[in-house]
Amino acid sequence: MRFRAMRFIVVNLLLTLVWAFVTGSFTLHNLALGFAIGAMSLLLVRDQLPASLNRVRPIKLLLLVGLFFKELMLSAIKVAVMVLRPNMRLRPGIFAYPLTITRDFEITLLANLITLTPGTLSVDVSDDRKMLYVHALSCHDPAAERRAISSGFERRIREAFPL
Amino acid sequence: MSAGPDLLVAIAVSVLLVAGSIFSLLAALGLLRFPDLYTRMHAASKAGTIGSGLLLLAAGLHALDIAILLRALAGFAFFVLTAPVSAHLLAKAAHQAGYKLTNLSVTDQLPLAKQKSDRL
Repeated sequence: MRFRAMRFIVVNLLLTLVWAFVTGSFTLHNLALGFAIGAMSLLLVRDQLPASLNRVRPIKLLLLVGLFFKELMLSAIKVAVMVLRPNMRLRPGIFAYPLTITRDFEITLLANLITLTPGTLSVDVSDDRKMLYVHALSCHDPAAERRAISSGFERRIREAFPL
Repeated sequence: MSAGPDLLVAIAVSVLLVAGSIFSLLAALGLLRFPDLYTRMHAASKAGTIGSGLLLLAAGLHALDIAILLRALAGFAFFVLTAPVSAHLLAKAAHQAGYKLTNLSVTDQLPLAKQKSDRL
């Protein structure tokens, strides 16, 4: 019970911080209002909250964030260059990617990261959560795409959130 | 040189504005030129996110107000969180509705049987 209360306070403080960012005011009144609204929102979703907080390695998480912004920039430039070519030379397709991560939030994170990186877009996850279906702009070599995901984002996610 | 910092901020804001506008324009051009919904979502989700992110950053920097900059950064963070979800949902819905990939496509490993089980 003590851990639940601790977690509630930590998450609520984070929400209060986000509230202060979004409203752009750090006065005591506004922070109190943010805390109250955060508590009410947490109360609404209390049944969906996970039973325990996941362990996080902060430095590995920073590496993941860094990798993500680098890939996002490269990805935007790649799509931009592709759009400008007179002949776009597209070889699109959907390939299946076998997942080695198992937890829902990890799969969600991976799917979102894949969508924002060069030439790939998550389309679907199989019902048993073992396969991620990814649409690629140039799908002539699905094996290479799979290798890139498993040695890039998937490895980083596993490192940042150890079981 | 009392205008030094102001000039630097002005230059940074201009560069961000021009870069953001170019990415947004190319995202729109991509929507027009790509052959099917799946390839279009690539343009919308990536170039669109970067484009609006750079524009938000320019707005935040121009105000020279930490509260506004933080709000702009929060806006960018929410963009990064939501753009891939909407792209993913549109692509998934299109595939379940039986929308075909463009003729240029080389493979489609997403099984059709899956669509039936999802509809139940």
